[in-house]
Amino acid sequence: MKFFTSVLAIVLAALPLAAGAQQITGAGSTFVYPVLSKWSDAYSKKAAGVQINYQSIGSGGGIAQIKAGTVTFGATDKPLEPAELQAAGLAQFPSVIGGIVPTVNLPGIKPGAMRLTGPLLADIYLGRIVKWNDPALVALNPELGLPALDITVVHRSDGSGTTYNWVNYLSKVSPDWRAKVGEGTSVAWPTGVGGKGNEGVAAYVGRIKGSIGYVEYAYVLQNKMTYALVQNRAGKFVEPSLASFQAAAASADWDKVQDFSLVMTDAPGEAAYPVTATTFILMHKTPKDPASSKATLDFFSWAFEHGDKLAEQLDYVPLPDALVHQIEAYWKAQIR
Amino acid sequence: MSVALPASRAEQARVRRGSGDRVFRLLVAFCAGFVLLSLGAVAALMLTGGLPALRNFGFAFLYRSVWDPVRQDFGAFVPIYGTLVTSLIAMLIAVPISFGIALFLSEVAPSWLRAPVAAAIELLAGIPSIIYGMWGLFVFVPFMADWVEPWIDDNLGAIPFLGALFRGPPLGIGMLTAGIILGVMVIPFISSVMRDVFALVPPTLRESAFGLGATRWEVVRGVVLPYTRTAVVGGIFLGLGRALGETMAVTFVLGNAHEFAISLLKPGNSIAAAIANEFTEADSDMYRSSLVALGFVLFVVTFIVLALAKLMLIRLARREGT
Repeated sequence: MKFFTSVLAIVLAALPLAAGAQQITGAGSTFVYPVLSKWSDAYSKKAAGVQINYQSIGSGGGIAQIKAGTVTFGATDKPLEPAELQAAGLAQFPSVIGGIVPTVNLPGIKPGAMRLTGPLLADIYLGRIVKWNDPALVALNPELGLPALDITVVHRSDGSGTTYNWVNYLSKVSPDWRAKVGEGTSVAWPTGVGGKGNEGVAAYVGRIKGSIGYVEYAYVLQNKMTYALVQNRAGKFVEPSLASFQAAAASADWDKVQDFSLVMTDAPGEAAYPVTATTFILMHKTPKDPASSKATLDFFSWAFEHGDKLAEQLDYVPLPDALVHQIEAYWKAQIR
Repeated sequence: MSVALPASRAEQARVRRGSGDRVFRLLVAFCAGFVLLSLGAVAALMLTGGLPALRNFGFAFLYRSVWDPVRQDFGAFVPIYGTLVTSLIAMLIAVPISFGIALFLSEVAPSWLRAPVAAAIELLAGIPSIIYGMWGLFVFVPFMADWVEPWIDDNLGAIPFLGALFRGPPLGIGMLTAGIILGVMVIPFISSVMRDVFALVPPTLRESAFGLGATRWEVVRGVVLPYTRTAVVGGIFLGLGRALGETMAVTFVLGNAHEFAISLLKPGNSIAAAIANEFTEADSDMYRSSLVALGFVLFVVTFIVLALAKLMLIRLARREGT
């Protein structure tokens, strides 16, 4: 009995402390989860008592949760249209950049040696180009000596933001892809096998000779996969790298859209990598709990300013400074 | 006049025991009712969740093979086909092997060997399915792709009609591989039930048969099997139920493709794998509802399979009677 009373006393004493700590809850995209958790870990050490509780339940879930008002911020890989944001009273801004890279499994071909174009990728994923020695592929890569191997397409089996940005790119560069398949976090793939998660796709590509898949940049580095170059809108074949992802973010026309509602794929810059993606943060414009909303903005402005190194450690790319200034102006104007 | 008389001590004890009996009866009835209640609740919830999809696509939901989240057009044929085919392959492998294991352990093996082998089989049942999936992807898939599937494609692909089942690129990933791994996974369930019931056959029956000059095989066929048939079929269907609903291991090696392919070497999909893969990012109501409807279909398929098993048992028993 004495034991229980003392436990109770301790719990009661701790309660006000726990209530005093600022809790920020968020939910959504799995794409940003690694960097968000690293940021929040570092931030809670710096700003004592602020805790960020992020549930990576998927973009669809994140949108639903923020609309229902059960979380302070949501995160989605697919930007919402300004009209939809308006209707739900939400503000939207990008958070961190990543790249999506095609990888191939072909004997004797080095990373970065193979060149592809967007329309060719779309034809491969549509099941129209079925052999590696297809004339169109050979014409782009005459020096590689491509074998008469069947192409096995690997895609994601689960819905994901990676898929969304990948098929968004294919839709932009191929009218046929747009008409036949379209874009979404999961689509009706015309051909191929589906791997669960980036690691599933990486494993399938590693296993199947003659396969082609798409994974986040970090997986290419960690697994030393054979990536292929993709021609960008300016006609250049650009290496996937932190610099080329940032160039894509910088060259995207953020000024022309409302609420940052723009997918960065197929960016116009000379040095821009063509399949670059970001995750969007969603917040209420007039929050029910202004304190936690303010704490969330404080967290993100800290992350934009001091989180670059941490993001780069995980092979994410921090937003370019100009874009950060735009976002901070947007906060002032939109979020109370 | 028994009314006026105080109850004897023995009677009091009986009454007390009677109330204990009633409590016990209520308790176990509650336990049994709990299963029925949760079963009914799950079925009702899945039906209401899947109703928008079932109403929208109608009966065609079951036999259309389109699955297009972009255009919001869904049909469940590919996952249903994949679920049934992989489970069938699993049973074709698991039933004979389990049978052999159980017979070996109960009839043939020296007694010092029985306990360790039985323990090993039960350990197999305790391995988490994701381990089977990863083992399948990293060890078994390469083996299938390099050694087994090229041979199948070359030798069985030429058979008229049936050959269509065995033609395809040797990816190693597909319904055949998934079925084989499922088979390995359900062996411990089926064989441990079989072993347990084989051990229950009264020794006198067995010994009398031997005394009449029966061989081991004749004893098994004439005495052990008829005596244990109900339980053996029950064990098989326990395994089948598990094969139908298995998710993780299948997801890794099945290929998760929504296009229909008759060939066992081609990637397919299963109901449980599709739900596990797609539920988190199912961002429209119709998409989510279709996945829940898929769950309801699995529920119904499992129910039909178990009902058929029961029916078969009843008919067998009736034939026994005449």
